[in-house]
Order: sequence, then C-alpha cells, then structure tokens
Amino acid sequence: MNENILDVTESINNEIKTNSVVLYMKGSVAFPMCGFSAATVQILTSLGVKFSSVNVLDNEKIREGIKKFSNWPTIPQLYVKEEFIGGCDIVKEMYESGELLELLKSKGIEVNPS
Amino acid sequence: MAMTKDNIEELIKQSIPDAKVTIEDLRGDGDHYSAIVVSKSFDGKSMIQQHKMVYESLKGKMGNELHALELKTKSE
Repeated sequence: MNENILDVTESINNEIKTNSVVLYMKGSVAFPMCGFSAATVQILTSLGVKFSSVNVLDNEKIREGIKKFSNWPTIPQLYVKEEFIGGCDIVKEMYESGELLELLKSKGIEVNPS
Repeated sequence: MAMTKDNIEELIKQSIPDAKVTIEDLRGDGDHYSAIVVSKSFDGKSMIQQHKMVYESLKGKMGNELHALELKTKSE
C-alpha cells in the first residue's frame, strides 16, 4: 500500500476510534450540500445523538478513501463505535423501524429523541 | 453519460437473475433514481450486504454515472 493510502486509512481509523458516532457527509451539519447528507443529519439530530461530522468535500483523498475503507460507493456514511452502519437509505430504514435507536442504546450511546 | 431505467434494470438482472426491479426516475435527468429490488438471494443477508450486491451489479457506475439511487431491497 503506498504511503498515501496509509495516511487516509489511518486518519479514518483515528476519527472513528476517537468519536463514538461519525458521519462522513457532503457539507457540514449547518450547511449540508446534498439531500442524502441533509436527511441523515436530520435523523441524527431528531434522535438527539451527539456526532462528529466530516465534510468529504474538504478533502478529496478522504472522499475517495472512505469509499474504499467501507467498500461502499456513496456518501454519506455513518459509523457507530467504529462500525459502518450504512448510507442514507439504510439509516432511514433503521430509523423508521426503530432499529437505529436500539443500536445506539445497545452501544451505550446517549440519545435524546425529540 | 447518464443512465436509463433499462440500463440499471439490465445490469442488476445480469448479476441477480431472479431480481424483480421497480425503478422510478426521480428527476428525469438520468442521474437520480429510486429502485426496489426483490430477490430470494437476499435471504439471510444484512441490509448492507443486500445493498452492496446491488451496487456491485452496477459495476462501478454507482456514485459515478449514477449519482443517486434510493434503494430498498427485499427478499420477497
């Protein structure tokens, strides 16, 4: 693996290790730049869960690296306790079925559904 | 080059032969679709694995020529 990929993988691993919930998204929480990213932010906000967000539009290497890291071709991507949970479709489906809330609770993450 | 509904359906069926595919063009720009894919081969697989099967069937087009695909997968 060339040194480049190692840096990206390392920085992704670091991010998902130090933060319980991480959302790789296009744009920021305040200014999402894509409908799917915005919808995922809204779900996490309505569950009242604290999360760290990474704007992949700020860093092309991360934007491509995260897709290889999870073998998932699109953004956004949600990670909970270092585990890849899914993109917008899966997060939405899990939210609607209540599975997402259960998952967060089972991982000891503080939630405050509004 | 954008994709057509038939392109998407054909690619999915090449990899998942028993798939029943329902596709809706969300914006008419060949870039934003929603799809429901039903296949027995999804049985016992997690949602992530099911969606990955569909993405892999699209042979690299997902996130490139095909910008957005709202996806629902079911085993029956």
